[in-house]
Amino acid sequence: MSNSSDETSTQTGDTAVTTEAKPLSRRTMAGYLTKIGAGALAAVMSGGMVVTMVREASAQTDGGTTQKYRYGMVIDTRRCVGCKACVVACKAENKTPPGVNYNLVVEQAIPNRLDDKPLFMTKPCFHCDNPPCVGVCPVGATFKRSQDGIVVVDYERCIGCRYCITACPYGARSFDFGENYPAVAEKTAYSAVPSPEYGQFRQREEEKSPVGNVRKCTFCVHLQDKDGKYDKAAGRWPACAKTCTGHAIHFGDFNDPESEVSQLLRENQAIRLKEELGTAPNVYYLI
Amino acid sequence: MSINANVNPGAGGISGQATNKSGFPGKAMSLKNAFWLLGALFFLVGLAGWADRLTNGHRDANYGSIVTWGLWVAAYIYFIGLSAGSFLISSLVYVFNVKRFERIGRLAVFTAIVTLLMALLAIWADLGHMERAWHVLVFPNFESPMAWMIWLYSTYFLLLVAEMWFLLRRDMVAAGAQAGGWKSKVYRGLTFGSKNVSEASTTRDRKIVRVLATIGVPVAIMFHGGVGTLFGVVAARPLWNTGLFPILFLLSALASGGALLTMITAIFQDGLNRNRDIVITLGKVILGLLLLDVLFQISEYLVAFRSGIPGHIEGLKLIMGGTYWWVFWIWQLGLGTLIPLLLLVLPTRKDARWVSLAGLLIALGFIGVRLNIVIPGLAEEEINGITQAISTPRMTTQYFPSPTEWLLTLGIVGLGLLLFGLGEMLLPREKDPVRFTELAPEE
Repeated sequence: MSNSSDETSTQTGDTAVTTEAKPLSRRTMAGYLTKIGAGALAAVMSGGMVVTMVREASAQTDGGTTQKYRYGMVIDTRRCVGCKACVVACKAENKTPPGVNYNLVVEQAIPNRLDDKPLFMTKPCFHCDNPPCVGVCPVGATFKRSQDGIVVVDYERCIGCRYCITACPYGARSFDFGENYPAVAEKTAYSAVPSPEYGQFRQREEEKSPVGNVRKCTFCVHLQDKDGKYDKAAGRWPACAKTCTGHAIHFGDFNDPESEVSQLLRENQAIRLKEELGTAPNVYYLI
Repeated sequence: MSINANVNPGAGGISGQATNKSGFPGKAMSLKNAFWLLGALFFLVGLAGWADRLTNGHRDANYGSIVTWGLWVAAYIYFIGLSAGSFLISSLVYVFNVKRFERIGRLAVFTAIVTLLMALLAIWADLGHMERAWHVLVFPNFESPMAWMIWLYSTYFLLLVAEMWFLLRRDMVAAGAQAGGWKSKVYRGLTFGSKNVSEASTTRDRKIVRVLATIGVPVAIMFHGGVGTLFGVVAARPLWNTGLFPILFLLSALASGGALLTMITAIFQDGLNRNRDIVITLGKVILGLLLLDVLFQISEYLVAFRSGIPGHIEGLKLIMGGTYWWVFWIWQLGLGTLIPLLLLVLPTRKDARWVSLAGLLIALGFIGVRLNIVIPGLAEEEINGITQAISTPRMTTQYFPSPTEWLLTLGIVGLGLLLFGLGEMLLPREKDPVRFTELAPEE
């Protein structure tokens, strides 16, 4: 609830702080007490400002300054040919069962376009800065990692209530109903290969997690090294981005100004989906 | 009021059933028989649903990752509404001292307990990991309305059981002494060996009941308003995301709970024989509540349609003109609203039989309301084209409950009916009831 308005309110809070602080210093008010009094008055006058500041401070410790990396994607829809290699690559990497999709390629006709090319849009989890799915989880099983902003699910904690599925505005979450592709259902050799997800290497078994859990894209978090870094050259890179035939999916760290994604954002006009909900996704689209 | 006089109603109630059988063999008995038959039948077919749910998990359920909540969640909010509603009606007696409803006070509290159990069973079956239900108590995330709700339920459940116990203690002690046979044993077990039947102990019981019921009122309002909040805060689902939702949930709880109680009053505790006047008064209460609910619904639909925000009216259009248009127009509006409204307004309002029929219709109609909250709210593509992106039955906006879902739900209804019937048999009749309002301390 409060998450959705966080970004906008933080900004208004910021401006309120600066305008309020300036006259104070100019007037060179003598004495510590006066300052405290004025501060309290300012706080009362600006209502929720104090709350905003506190929230901001906690955001700084949680995700701001100590968030070492801010992983995200810039997806260039102009380069996407709709081959769905990313969907297949994700399935192969994470061994997701039927009905569980960490990414999908959505296709939309663009009216009045001369070449009839539709818009293809591959859609992973956006790992929002204000993820609405996290706040609704009754047991705190899904959370945003403080070190890199990746939104993950604790399969042992999750009770499978699916409230997070209803709360995600982007359809990024799926429930694992326990269905299997024939190769797994028929217990071929493939079924014995565990999924590397979260580095947990779970083998698929009936009624055992992640069956009965909600599942989602993890930016292939299992491919990070000990320091939380990915390495494109070594192949430790999210499967969808690694496999993208049209080089449409760009992955990287927005905290690093020299990263490919940061540069792309600087040089292009990017959009994010459903900005009005205040989710602040970390996946941008170029159109 | 002598002790003996107070002891008798308990015992009288138990043998009273036999006298009633001969005394009034007509309608009430056949309704009761139908009730038992239905309960047993539903319970038995429900076993098949439970067996499938427990062996195959969610594989045979028809909800998916888009319409991710289905019949079980709808059943849950329906039952929980009935519970909150009948509890709040009981508070008329135990908090607000409305003498008129005194005879059905205990029945109302008991209804609240049974429907709460039904609700919890339905939502338990819906969990992906039933064995982890305790996580919500151990790892609560109080940012989530669902976590608030679970804590409030737990409080509410304990309150209800405690209130019921204090309401029944003396009658159970008395009945335990007189009934004989298995019933006597049951009563003695239920009273934990309490033997005090003095006037003073009753006054003390009633004082405690009053405190418990008074605490219960805000708890019931909070948890059912909380269920509305649970849906209301989901900004991603425009149909739910309205400030009216918590209020609508409360009103519909009161209307449906009151309606159910009207019907129950007409059948149980000697039914229409003795409760005619209560049924007719309850009819007036539910008429008011239903009208208020309709008013709020109209307000919600009017503002949504007139402002025409696509996301918001998408859901309403589904309700009114989607695959299940008839749930809204015929079930919810026709059978659940218009016909009962007529029955409660026309001269039929003076006939307890028609009034109890209206109660039945309203109570059933609200099943439609619940379905129309959960399913159309979810049955929209959150990203255009997402259902075409991959071909799987789990990624579709179409939903119809599977046989397993139906059976399990029927099973819960059956269990509820049986529990209710059994409990009602043991519930001492209030032939010459201990006047709660008289015993209550003057404050």
